[in-house]
Amino acid sequence: MLDSLLALGGLVLLRDSVEWEGRSLLKALVKKSALCGEQVHILGCEVSEEEFREGFDSDINNRLVYHDFFRDPLNWSKTEEAFPGGPLGALRAMCKRTDPVPVTIALDSLSWLLLRLPCTTLCQVLHAVSHQDSCPGDSSSVGKVSVLGLLHEELHGPGPVGALSSLAQTEVTLGGTMGQASAHILCRRPRQRPTDQTQWFSILPDFSLDLQEGPSVESQPYSDPHIPPVDPTTHLTFNLHLSKKEREARDSLILPFQFSSENTKSSLLRQQALLRPRPGQATSHIFYEPDAYDDLDQEDPDDDLDI
Amino acid sequence: MFVELNNLLNTTPDRAEQGKLTLLCDAKTDGSFLVHHFLSFYLKANCKVCFVALIQSFSHYSIVGQKLGVSLTMARERGQLVFLEGLKSAVDVVFQAQKEPHPLQFLREANAGNLKPLFEFVREALKPVDSGEARWTYPVLLVDDLSVLLSLGMGAVAVLDFIHYCRATVCWELKASILYLMQGNMVVLVHDSGDAEDEENDILLNGLSHQSHLILRAEGLATGFCRDVHGQLRILWRRPSQPAVHRDQSFTYQYKIQDKSVSFFAKGMSPAVL
Repeated sequence: MLDSLLALGGLVLLRDSVEWEGRSLLKALVKKSALCGEQVHILGCEVSEEEFREGFDSDINNRLVYHDFFRDPLNWSKTEEAFPGGPLGALRAMCKRTDPVPVTIALDSLSWLLLRLPCTTLCQVLHAVSHQDSCPGDSSSVGKVSVLGLLHEELHGPGPVGALSSLAQTEVTLGGTMGQASAHILCRRPRQRPTDQTQWFSILPDFSLDLQEGPSVESQPYSDPHIPPVDPTTHLTFNLHLSKKEREARDSLILPFQFSSENTKSSLLRQQALLRPRPGQATSHIFYEPDAYDDLDQEDPDDDLDI
Repeated sequence: MFVELNNLLNTTPDRAEQGKLTLLCDAKTDGSFLVHHFLSFYLKANCKVCFVALIQSFSHYSIVGQKLGVSLTMARERGQLVFLEGLKSAVDVVFQAQKEPHPLQFLREANAGNLKPLFEFVREALKPVDSGEARWTYPVLLVDDLSVLLSLGMGAVAVLDFIHYCRATVCWELKASILYLMQGNMVVLVHDSGDAEDEENDILLNGLSHQSHLILRAEGLATGFCRDVHGQLRILWRRPSQPAVHRDQSFTYQYKIQDKSVSFFAKGMSPAVL
């Protein structure tokens, strides 16, 4: 799906981050567009023209129409060389096309514009540019317009990003793992449910797109299901089970304070021994000196127990 | 310059890359040792250096420079180093009447929108002098540091614009001159506020991260202060000219700052604990 991103037209957001940069993908999509015979306009604000054109062969470079807003975007040199109206003026001028050739406009970067222009103005212009081909009542058929915007996610709050996201037909979020880049593509077709898909890819030195399957299987952290689970009860230093003799001994054990209902002599003797120890057996004496306010009761409190 | 850091970055003064923006950032520790490293590195590489020093005085950098084997005083006298001492010139702006715009003019104005006078100063400083022979290899701009400009009232976008224009001039435009055959470099320091919710600083840091070719991030240890390991350094290479170069170019080393050098070692391999 990554190679057919521009087929839909409209605004395509490329959301990148510091770890996973998106300019290579932008250049790869620009190259694809140029090779398809579309008109390609680049609004270069973040990098110089030489740096953007680096890596493209001369055939591609001749097809790119580059609008340079890197050298003097704020007109500090006062030479009036810059396009009047700045990058926004250039975008507005592209709204007024009339030829049927499909066109791709690459914004490098949309973040640069969003930091310096009001969000609402930018959204209005982007909407006007990307929806020119669907104007009703227009007799001449204007070619499909695709706008590729490079957006650095960390620079903006959720408000502006959400506004741009709602304008976009397609959103590509770049990420990756273990040196392998991935693109999460969210596609909104009109009158259909949005579809999303993750595509692993890499960009070759000549900026062509190489679609891949994903990170190699043996590096996944999940364990192999063919390995039998380890039995934790082997090699223990203590006994978890009882032998037959030990079980019999345990069953025949008489608990000290459990008296059976039959009044056998042995159980009666045991009761007496436990509950009423004979004076000769006592090995300890308690010497009690009552205080003045002690209330001694000579009754045995256990007399009412029927044992 | 620290030889071990040169080895980690795979560079030496005579074969450093040109046209690059290096971002230094520090979080929960002091990353100024990186500024001293790059200052002495580029002076030894025989570059023309414009140093916008807003944090410390000239004598501070000079004393550290002497430990690293460069003399800032001599470099300034022979024209190799153009030093803007922010602490002293700030006083001049406020207390003396200036005829032409001062680089730190924004301190005087109530709602100064941009850093254009500072950019003009940098451009003037690094402009090739028509002396008939090429004395210096390439121009370098060093800024210590950009976060203080935010504290002085500039917006993050204004500082980003200043860096944008510096990049356009130092890294690209000056190569058109016959005296400077190579593009210039830039090194800037930004503090990372970390937990403190400083949105302007985050915009500045992230915006510069996207434009940088090399990011050196000095972080304090998560477990706190240690006598033998002063912090860890994350090195991230970005924007290689060939996209097929392996993307996962991020390394982390721990370091200890000594009197005249900094030693680097892999995590957990400090000589003190082995």
